[in-house]
Amino acid sequence: MGWRLTLRPYVLIVPALLLTCGILYPFGLGLYYTLFDFSASKPQPDMVRLENYTTVFTQEAFWNSAWVTVLYAVGAALVETVLGVAVALLLHRSTLVGRVLEKILILPLMIAPVIAAIIWKLMLQPSVGVVNHLLRPFGLGGVQWTDTPTGALLSSIAVDVWVYTPFVAILALAGLRSLPTSPFEAAAVDGAGWWYTFRRLTLPMLWPYVLVAVIFRFMDSLKVFDIIYALTEGGPGDSTVVLQIRAYLEAIRFQRYSFGISYTIVLWAVVYLAAMVLVKHLGKIQRRAAEVTT
Amino acid sequence: MKKRVLGWLADAALVLYFVFALFPIAWMVILSLKPADQLFSTYFSFSPTLDGYRTVLGDSEGIPFVRFFVNSLVVSVGAVVLSLVVGLPAAYASARWRFKGSENLMFTLLSFRFAPELTVIIPLFVLYQKLGLFDTYVGMVWVLQLVTLPLIVWIMRSYFADLTPELEQAALLDGYTRKQAFFKVALPLVKPGIAAVSLLAFIFAWNNFVFPLILTSNEAQTVTVGALSFLGGDRPKYNLTAAAALVSVVPPLLLALTIQRYLVRGLSFGAVKA
Repeated sequence: MGWRLTLRPYVLIVPALLLTCGILYPFGLGLYYTLFDFSASKPQPDMVRLENYTTVFTQEAFWNSAWVTVLYAVGAALVETVLGVAVALLLHRSTLVGRVLEKILILPLMIAPVIAAIIWKLMLQPSVGVVNHLLRPFGLGGVQWTDTPTGALLSSIAVDVWVYTPFVAILALAGLRSLPTSPFEAAAVDGAGWWYTFRRLTLPMLWPYVLVAVIFRFMDSLKVFDIIYALTEGGPGDSTVVLQIRAYLEAIRFQRYSFGISYTIVLWAVVYLAAMVLVKHLGKIQRRAAEVTT
Repeated sequence: MKKRVLGWLADAALVLYFVFALFPIAWMVILSLKPADQLFSTYFSFSPTLDGYRTVLGDSEGIPFVRFFVNSLVVSVGAVVLSLVVGLPAAYASARWRFKGSENLMFTLLSFRFAPELTVIIPLFVLYQKLGLFDTYVGMVWVLQLVTLPLIVWIMRSYFADLTPELEQAALLDGYTRKQAFFKVALPLVKPGIAAVSLLAFIFAWNNFVFPLILTSNEAQTVTVGALSFLGGDRPKYNLTAAAALVSVVPPLLLALTIQRYLVRGLSFGAVKA
């Protein structure tokens, strides 16, 4: 009987383990491919050791992509956090208007990002799009939204913000609703102002929730693909070629498989490091929040 | 008085955000109902027609949209079912027992959630063509595990961990076997959680774009890739694109509204419990 008890959890976990291996195998295969110069034009590849990586790091194109990716991720995560927390604070007041609107808060979040990008592409079209039509009375009818480098980057961040702000808002709202009431009552008795209460009580206690949302958003936008693909395809020029788009172009469009995978491995390492730093930080913030409540 | 004005301003700010959030969806509805000749001549006055939908659902643009829709259904349901079958026992085991390797497996699963999809897809693109899995349901269901399995395992684990083990122990004392205790006591108690996480996993599988973009060409292509085809050509047909976009967001939107209560835990992988 004893051995059966020890084995049971393993038996239950084996199917999941097998499936996990089925996903780890292509990942390992990908790593292996990066040591070769495998491409459609070279189906019998030669071992090139780390040459793919040295090529990646010495390419202007890589550093441009890395820069665009960081701009996109920082921009999107920042705007979504500020806007999401603001929306959560406003909804938390629980007015009649707020209660009605809260029910539909999640709609943009459930729309596929690629569809969201399609929707905005139609709306941002310079000559016939509805956005410029609505701006015309204000003398801004000719904005070339996705046809200038800066405009294209800002437009794609805007689509990201449209889709994912509800994500931050939902988590922040859950946080606000779970905060203890006694510190706020004490502050009110002491006659603390709104700003003081927000800075000294609400924000520190809310941070752990917000940070979970930030970690998810920042790490997801580092590997953005759908929105850029549908909205700008990396253009104009290479102003919005984020790392995953670059990897796609290299591997699928130009069929340089090894080289394309090298890009994604580098991105994977960056995401991994970012996660480590952020999760460590999260632990600190959670401890600090616990101190505020006591 | 000052307080009341501030309250109004706060409500106004909220309404403003929701205009930004909902206008694009409303605008798609308008665009999709416009006749082709009134697409750009007028903006808000037009004679509504269902022609756009008829064209999209009638496959008359050479884009078999109905088939893509069915494909999306099949691969999303398939992915969720497979994840449930292998994920539920794993989630239960890792919530109830501490054993060697369980944490490593859980974190490996979680890391899938944050891995750049192309790291796995590019090798699969090569592999699938060798194995004959390119552009097939099986190939899609398999790769969608990257999306559905970590979600289902992590969230169900947090639901199982919230159950007191006493109930199952009591069942065991009553002469139930371990298996019966799991199926007759533990599972029924987390049923709402299972339903919610299945729907959420379905939504994410449905909304996925990069897998079908690279691993299917026609037979197993899904709506997210299909909707993008309407943008092709030198003059994108706005009304058709809008109709296709709307048809493809109907299932996720309807399902999302039914699982509102469970979203916080689901979206944060159990990190935040509402």
